Amino acid sequence: MLTIENARIEMGDFTLSADLQVPEGKRVAVLGPSGAGKSTLLAMIAGFQPLTSGVIRWKGGTMPDDPADRPISMVFQDNNLFPHLTVAQNVGLGVRPDLRLTPDDKRRVDAALERVGLTGKGDRKPAQLSGGQIARVALARVLLRHRPLLLLDEPFGALGPALRAEMLELVGELTAETGATLLMVSHNPEDARLLSDEVVLVEGGQVHAPVPTAQIFDDPPDALREYLGS
Amino acid sequence: MSRSGRIARPIWVSHWPGLLAVALLVVLVFGTLLAVALRADGGRGLGPADWAAIRFTLWQAAVSAGVSVVLAIPVARALARRDFPGRQALVTLLGAPFILPIIVAVLGLIAVFGRTGIVSAALGLVGVEPISVYGYHGVILAHVFFNLPLATRLILQGWLSIPAERFRLAASLGMGPRDIARTLERPVLREVIPGAFLVIFLICLTSFAVALALGGGPRATTVELAIYEAFKFDFDLGRAALLALIQFAMGIGAALIAFKIAMPGNMGTGLDRAVQRWDDSGGQRIMDVVAITLASLFLLLPLTMVVIDGLPGLLTLPQSVFQAAIRSLMVAFGSAFLTLALALPIAALVVQRGAWLAEGLGYLTIAASPLVVGTGLFLILFPFVKPSDLALPVTALVNAAMSLPFALRALVPALNSVERDYGALADGLGLHGLTRLRLLWLPRLRRPIGFALGLAAALSMGDLGVIAMFADPQGVTLPLQLYRLMGSYRMDDAAAAAVLLLGLSLLLFWIFDRGGRVNADD
Repeated sequence: MLTIENARIEMGDFTLSADLQVPEGKRVAVLGPSGAGKSTLLAMIAGFQPLTSGVIRWKGGTMPDDPADRPISMVFQDNNLFPHLTVAQNVGLGVRPDLRLTPDDKRRVDAALERVGLTGKGDRKPAQLSGGQIARVALARVLLRHRPLLLLDEPFGALGPALRAEMLELVGELTAETGATLLMVSHNPEDARLLSDEVVLVEGGQVHAPVPTAQIFDDPPDALREYLGS
Repeated sequence: MSRSGRIARPIWVSHWPGLLAVALLVVLVFGTLLAVALRADGGRGLGPADWAAIRFTLWQAAVSAGVSVVLAIPVARALARRDFPGRQALVTLLGAPFILPIIVAVLGLIAVFGRTGIVSAALGLVGVEPISVYGYHGVILAHVFFNLPLATRLILQGWLSIPAERFRLAASLGMGPRDIARTLERPVLREVIPGAFLVIFLICLTSFAVALALGGGPRATTVELAIYEAFKFDFDLGRAALLALIQFAMGIGAALIAFKIAMPGNMGTGLDRAVQRWDDSGGQRIMDVVAITLASLFLLLPLTMVVIDGLPGLLTLPQSVFQAAIRSLMVAFGSAFLTLALALPIAALVVQRGAWLAEGLGYLTIAASPLVVGTGLFLILFPFVKPSDLALPVTALVNAAMSLPFALRALVPALNSVERDYGALADGLGLHGLTRLRLLWLPRLRRPIGFALGLAAALSMGDLGVIAMFADPQGVTLPLQLYRLMGSYRMDDAAAAAVLLLGLSLLLFWIFDRGGRVNADD
């Protein structure tokens, strides 16, 4: 269970409050207008954005301060790969951040690349990859990090519709295999329908409690109705 | 998420190396100052010679800064509104004096403006007495040589900051050159010129090598030169210390004034395009051609003369010159890596703690004179070791401290953008401490690191300051050896040594800067 208790962030005239619970293994879409604080919510869970007040717990225990020690893998909007490292090195960071990999570690890297459909691409640099391939490399690293909580900050936003559906399907498979809990920011309600069990709405400085996906689209609350424009 | 120009998120890298580097610098500047203050001999007060030195230091700095800025205005104006083949090369050349060894330029100026130089020879043809480059006018001439390019770049930057649309608007309103000057150009100049004047004033205030080579005597001795003479000729440590205190007070005073006035950054880019204008006339064209031609001649002729005079003697240089060159290379490499070892942790601290720290350190090292630091180090070391034994390490350390503001100016913005783009990713993956340095910072900062290393190495290679106080005749560096050759009127050897020094300085800069560029992933 991911628990966010009376969490609050204040940055100048921007504020965000959250108080909610996400059961383990759930897939949650985070929807809301731009600038509402969807990314800030993820940054606060991941430990990049210090809380002004409140607390975040995982399985009842408080989260460590260091983002790397949290039970979390995160994929960002962009800059998910270091451009000076090869694909295999970028994935290898998920095994050991100092990249001192044993032959066994390297086999695990190759296996992860194979799982996301990038067999044999390990020696390439990110500049030689397409947008979809870059997203796959980031997901291969998520596999090796093997953390119970996966945060996606709209990593497929720049991809075309077909490719995005493909990536969402891959994310669905991977989370099903690993049993990871997923929080996924999106601009697109369609993404939520495709993949998520529940939807969290962020608007007006407030993170609303999760609502089952089917229910929220059948009977959208006013804020979501306004956002969807329907 | 950074709303105040620095990274809001904590970076998982220790503060300690940065704090240690800052502490080292503060101790270097204020510890030596304390040593100086304890030793200063205030008993006799300031003699007439000391007052003359203070007056001359302030006066020459003001005149040098004034002349540089006034002459720079027409050159910057010409560069701002003319596009011509070689414009880019000229703009690049304007940055070159920065890494040019002062003593080499002095030799070139003597070859052009000295008693047997080409200007005197030309004057002789029409029956005018030859001119001399020694004395106050030589000091000012050399300072203008070094700072006219800097002033030109700063003013050009201001000029090119006027949006091109304004000139189109002015043209559509039918404004003539006078109207444009009044409404567009003078407001910008009024903003840029005080800063440019102050930067150059500060630089000239602590200039030592120029005064050593061209000044001297009752009418052209700066405080720094007086410190050196009290040291070297009279071995009057009390008086040297007293003068060092005065020098520091002057530097701090100027730095405090500089704080009040917006200081321009001189690493500006985007000087590569001239602005199109519609108020051109024949008279303006002639003025611009004259300004650019004279400025180019003024900058290129002295260096050309050094190369012409020096190349033939390069292979027959005495062994001692090559030994001095090897010592200088060691100092330059040591200083370059010391600069980086100080700058990188401080840059990390600045990125986390805010830019005031970098600016404060910048002002501190500009205001602190190398000679004052040198005097303090001498006083501290003198009771324990023979100072000449430590001449080279001390020179490398002082040079590194003086290069630091420039290294920070290259590194801090680059590190800021690396952390902005990849910091969260690195934090999330647990790239902490040395792992972050190895896998993220060093590879992503190759260009600015190469530039900073090149700059520090070239500056140290050509430096003639602290080494003059510390070295014994067997342990000199190349610039000091060159100065000694000039002092004993072996001008052919001096010119050849100057070519060697010039070549090595430019080569060092080029190698490091180049090393940061090749195979860099973007």
